[in-house]
Amino acid sequence: MTVRKPYVRPMASWWRRNPFFMRYMLRELTAPFVAIYALILLVGLVSLSQGEAAYNTWLSALTHPASIVLHWLLLVAITYHAITLWQVIPKTMPPVKLAGRALPERAVTVFGCLATLAVSIAAFLLVKLL
Amino acid sequence: MAETRTIEMEVLRYHPESDSAPRFQSYQVPFTPDMSVLQGLQYIKDHLDGSLTFRWSCRMAICGSCGHMVNGVPQLSCHTFLRDYFPAKVRVEPLNHFPILRDLAIDQTDFLTKLESIKPYIIPAEDKPVESGEFLQTPAQLDRFYQFSQCINCLLCYAACPQYGLNSDFIGPGAMALLHRYNADSRDGGRAERMPLVNEEEGVWSCTLVGYCSEVCPKGVNPANAVNQNKVNSALDYFFRFLMPKGGTR
Repeated sequence: MTVRKPYVRPMASWWRRNPFFMRYMLRELTAPFVAIYALILLVGLVSLSQGEAAYNTWLSALTHPASIVLHWLLLVAITYHAITLWQVIPKTMPPVKLAGRALPERAVTVFGCLATLAVSIAAFLLVKLL
Repeated sequence: MAETRTIEMEVLRYHPESDSAPRFQSYQVPFTPDMSVLQGLQYIKDHLDGSLTFRWSCRMAICGSCGHMVNGVPQLSCHTFLRDYFPAKVRVEPLNHFPILRDLAIDQTDFLTKLESIKPYIIPAEDKPVESGEFLQTPAQLDRFYQFSQCINCLLCYAACPQYGLNSDFIGPGAMALLHRYNADSRDGGRAERMPLVNEEEGVWSCTLVGYCSEVCPKGVNPANAVNQNKVNSALDYFFRFLMPKGGTR
């Protein structure tokens, strides 16, 4: 006689079983860093609207060693997030055709990473030169 | 005469009448360079242990029956070669995220129910008598769904999807790829009937874009793309409902 007793294996620590999942979890984990940096910029914008004194306080707060450390951490986390996000972006897009040929996923990833880099350098130069 | 070597195959065993939980069992399997993991399993069944249970049929990566976890990666075992693992051992387990019935055989009922629910057939927009001829389709129209029609229901994408493993109510990558295959077909008019399944929390919105489903697909289908294109379709469907009370998806 056949006995049916389906066994369901546990999912505990599933993300540690495969390097692909670990990279995914790291991508998700670095998402709050993007939000933190957006908040820092938003606080700067609000302080700008409150006048010169408030803005200068924000600027001097940014030069605090803890802030420098935080910003290096943010740079690393956001760089990882940007690259890994551009790797999955092609999977979210409707098919794109260029001159009758399907655009390869890799082209989207490379273009996105380069565009992110270009915008970052442009923003950096804007702050440095002005 | 091809060289014969011996590889250790570690196979997950589970016999519901005697085991309370699955256990690994090792076998020493002689193999030639042309032997797949499936042929290794067949060698075990024929020569070492006739009680080993696993599914297979075509042996050429088209029937989708022999999906297993091979060293933790969802693979068609007929499409995976023992030589690529030698001299290390190769570990064969049933596909992740499905209930194990016996040894390597899983219960696919959940997927089959979902497959049925997406109406995986063309629902013509209007009745067209046979006398009026065939439905014509341009190569560009074919291109919109062709890759999704290559799905062989092997379930590797489900074994690759942690969201399905954590919540099996999620419709999952394969069923959504096939749903998209019909919705994107110019001959089909069944979109409005399928959109409620897309729109549910357990429809496209349980997907967090892990993307592993598309990596493991042996047929080059991109299920993650089908799911994520339909997040856009689902959002449009939601907003068009206010503009067009009869439904914007028609």
